[in-house]
Amino acid sequence: MESLIYNFFNLDIMWRAMPFLLRGFGMTVLLCLIVVPLGCVGGLMVALLGGVPSRWVRWPVMAYVDFFRAFPPLVLLIFIYAGVPFAGIDVPAIAAVVIGFFLNTSAYYGEILRAGIESVGYGQTEAARSTGLTKLQALTYVIVPQAVRNVLPDLVSNTLEVVKLTALASVVALPELLYAANMARSITFNPSPVMAAAIIYLILLWPLVRLIARLEHRVGMARH
Amino acid sequence: MTQWERFVFTFFNQEVIARYLPSIAKGFVVTIEVAVLVVACGLALGLVLALVRSFQLRAVNAAIVAYADVLRAMPPLVLLTLVYFGLPTVGLTFSGFVSTWLTLTLVLSAFAEEIFWAGITSVPKGQWEAARSTGLGFGQALISVVFPQAVRLTIPPLTNRTIALTKMTALGTVVGLGEIINQATTAQAFSGNASPLVVGAFAYVILFLPVVVLARWIETRFAWRRQ
Repeated sequence: MESLIYNFFNLDIMWRAMPFLLRGFGMTVLLCLIVVPLGCVGGLMVALLGGVPSRWVRWPVMAYVDFFRAFPPLVLLIFIYAGVPFAGIDVPAIAAVVIGFFLNTSAYYGEILRAGIESVGYGQTEAARSTGLTKLQALTYVIVPQAVRNVLPDLVSNTLEVVKLTALASVVALPELLYAANMARSITFNPSPVMAAAIIYLILLWPLVRLIARLEHRVGMARH
Repeated sequence: MTQWERFVFTFFNQEVIARYLPSIAKGFVVTIEVAVLVVACGLALGLVLALVRSFQLRAVNAAIVAYADVLRAMPPLVLLTLVYFGLPTVGLTFSGFVSTWLTLTLVLSAFAEEIFWAGITSVPKGQWEAARSTGLGFGQALISVVFPQAVRLTIPPLTNRTIALTKMTALGTVVGLGEIINQATTAQAFSGNASPLVVGAFAYVILFLPVVVLARWIETRFAWRRQ
């Protein structure tokens, strides 16, 4: 028991590693602030293009979605970070992470938003157009808001996954929270900093887990 | 060398590919082994937890909810780091294989428990009452009436989550598990050539693309019907 406390909940080591961990946490937050909005915008593009009548547009978009849903995000990161420089293009870690996550998350957000847009009846488009709105206005003011509301639990749930995904950036040496914790662990020979990082993730993400449970419950109720 | 030849030499080098294909094939098998074990154990554990939860014992349920919440909020890589690098300090040393399997099994069981539980609660109360009134016991009603209906509703979310977890077998590379990407990066480092990474990427596509397409089909087949 004492060994467990000494190795996992060593307050002294956690305290000393804290400034380091907080800087890593700052990077994690920054990463989320870049990746989540980019992924949402990309996902919306994917969803809208996926609904275009022309198959020359629709099929490549579907292939894009399936491909990046099939590809493990860590493999994508390593591929961009370690593979692309062979082509003579220098890729900094942050760029590799942002590009890799954009490809991955836009595919996932795209699938969710497509389902959302499909869930809005075609009558809505017709009604919006008949009041004189242009196609773009109908999308922006009528279809997309309803679509987002219908799939809100899935969107929030995917956002949670994206935030958890940012821990992968540690593998390509981007100094985010897990990377900082791992450095502190190897300097102190004590896993407490990783435990501290785990607790920080928990404090950050547990409310989101609860929120998702609540949203899912509400949507479930509305359906009955 | 022309630009094109240089490109082929760097990314599709037949000689390098031939040399490292066997080790990547070995990684392919390891990835499948871990994935199959994770899916079997994770789903089974999740199912058991959901069934236990339906007995509505307050302390037990609180523990299950806490377990599921923590594991769903934690990035799997953090958990894997704790298992592989942390536990040896208290005398529990696991191999990369066991650490990866254990971590992903725990995470999948947490998600599966929540999905099964949502399925069980979505079955209308009248089904319980009708089953019980025909003389079935609590366990019989659960197994023969409620559960079969619940499973149908859980299939699409469960498929998606299971696929997501099998893709995470790639995390094993961080703890030295010799799966596809681990073998590919090792080969890339030895050969100083990017071709093994390309082969590794192909291996993942071959492995997971059919699964994703299958999932798309299952999703439409078992989709929640709106009233």
